[in-house]
Amino acid sequence: MVELETFGEPRRRPTAATVVAYVLLTLGTVVMFFPFVWMLLSAFKPIREIFQLTLLPHTWTLDNFRQVLFQTAFPRWFLNSLVVAAISTVSVLFFCSLVGYTLTRLRFPGRDLVFLIILSTLMVPTEMLVIPWYVMSTQYGWVNTYWGLAFPGLIPAFGVFLMRQFFQTLPRDLFDAGRVDGVSEFGLFWRIGLPLVRPGLAALGIFNFVGNWNAFLWPLIIAKSASMRTVPVGVALFSGEASTAWNLIMAASALAIVPVLLVFFVFQRQIIEGVVLTGVKG
Amino acid sequence: MRRRPHDAPRSSAPRSSAPRPPDAPDRSRRRRRALSLSTREAIWAYVFLLLPLAFYAFLRIYPAIQSFDLSLHRWHVDPAQRTFLGLAYYRELIGDPKLHRALTNTLLYAAIVVPSQLVLGLGIAVLLQSVRRLRPLFRAIYFSPYVTPAAAVAWVWGWMYSVNFGVFNTALIAWSDFVTRLGLAWLSIPPQAFLSDPKQALPSVAAVVVWQQLGFQVVIFLAGLQGVPRMFYDAAAIDGANAFQRFRFVTLPLLNPVMVFSVIISTIATLQLFDQVVNINFTDQGGPLNATLTIALYMYQLAFSRFQIGYASAVTVLLFVLILTVTLIQLRLLQRRVEY
Repeated sequence: MVELETFGEPRRRPTAATVVAYVLLTLGTVVMFFPFVWMLLSAFKPIREIFQLTLLPHTWTLDNFRQVLFQTAFPRWFLNSLVVAAISTVSVLFFCSLVGYTLTRLRFPGRDLVFLIILSTLMVPTEMLVIPWYVMSTQYGWVNTYWGLAFPGLIPAFGVFLMRQFFQTLPRDLFDAGRVDGVSEFGLFWRIGLPLVRPGLAALGIFNFVGNWNAFLWPLIIAKSASMRTVPVGVALFSGEASTAWNLIMAASALAIVPVLLVFFVFQRQIIEGVVLTGVKG
Repeated sequence: MRRRPHDAPRSSAPRSSAPRPPDAPDRSRRRRRALSLSTREAIWAYVFLLLPLAFYAFLRIYPAIQSFDLSLHRWHVDPAQRTFLGLAYYRELIGDPKLHRALTNTLLYAAIVVPSQLVLGLGIAVLLQSVRRLRPLFRAIYFSPYVTPAAAVAWVWGWMYSVNFGVFNTALIAWSDFVTRLGLAWLSIPPQAFLSDPKQALPSVAAVVVWQQLGFQVVIFLAGLQGVPRMFYDAAAIDGANAFQRFRFVTLPLLNPVMVFSVIISTIATLQLFDQVVNINFTDQGGPLNATLTIALYMYQLAFSRFQIGYASAVTVLLFVLILTVTLIQLRLLQRRVEY
């Protein structure tokens, strides 16, 4: 396709329409952010203030956070979430790019079939797999283990798809030249291919980390003991027990939500890029 | 790791340095080498794919087939003692009022969430397109709920919806007081039951889903809008098209593929709705009176609270067929994409 000048950069000066757009977007911002603000402010309120409609607490307290952090296994849940997200992210980065590379840069019989098989797994919803996974996990003793929590997300098909797109943009000559210079097949992938798809790796890695961090259905099923829960599951079950102690529930929710929000605002460019890549090109 | 002597030469010695018979003719040697190169490439490909293919076979494809199998058998821990029932569970599904409820609810969620996300997502993307300075910041803010754990977010919304002390009802009471004092009592709105009312519960949960996933749609649409060639707008403007006509006859047709993609993604996500429904009404999941129950939640309750593994598997097969059908229909629509 010919490169066309796109609508990307409007050339006009601020008009009434632009002002209206700013106003509407600001109103929308309030709607999008209000739940987070309300959660945080409620989490700093003592229980007697929780049922009053004042935005700011009269007395600021850290007691709610202290209670959630030290009277539950929250630090352990946090560690579990980190471990599971780390295992899966390392695996996703390595295997999705290796498969993506193999499917674009190596010629072998059955290549299209392999790609089709991997792609077809995208059609199967997680809900359909959790029962067989659970049956399998009880059989092999994977319940309450990090492996059990992590295995479903080790090589997601969408990651393979994404990395394949990236490797397709690299010139074939590059790899032929490496081959002539005697670089091993793995070296071609590891030393020539991978460094060139770093933007893709960044997007996939962060996107996958966040997705794993937020996963709920499978961790809820596989983590039977309190010490193996991840943050979302731990917080949900804690909140279920806290009943109407909304100050504690809001503190627990804040502890689950705020770290992800911080990570997001640091890496937002890569995360949003990841969405655009899976979305528009996929 | 101890290294065996024959490991080293196999991996590091270049192929060309291998001893060859001195009397071999040049052409046949080149042919053999070319052949061995492509074979070598194929062997490496399968070495690289060994673990991933094992993963897909044992942890993706086999379980998917197994869930069909489980849905045809009465469950027993010992596979040898599972009795074959044929389609008995599927017949049971047809007459199960709770499943009907879950199915209707799930489709209702989709009917609310998908169009709302489409319209709001496109609208916000168009607004973002027309501002320049704060665009990245606004985009990040609208996207931020999408990255937060749905389970925790649902608790926050559950608290805001709370009947007696939730922020919405407290605000409604304050509003009504205010307008009554101004003598405009007819503007006052009584407190609402939200999640406790079987009629309001489902739309209330759907609103949370829209709020959380809207940013994804915005980002997709914004990327789509930025790919529309500017000269089309210029040409339309020269032809005398006003802003609305430019949107209707240039933007919309060109965005058709993006819109279909966005509809597919949000439909699939909504058909699998689980996290929000479980957490927003934790003590009565899917309630009140099954008003918010989804297929995914029903499956979970069947399999992991009542241990009706076989029947629950039949429900997941139904969900699979539902998602597949919807996706295929929408993909068919995608085939009619606009070329430019």
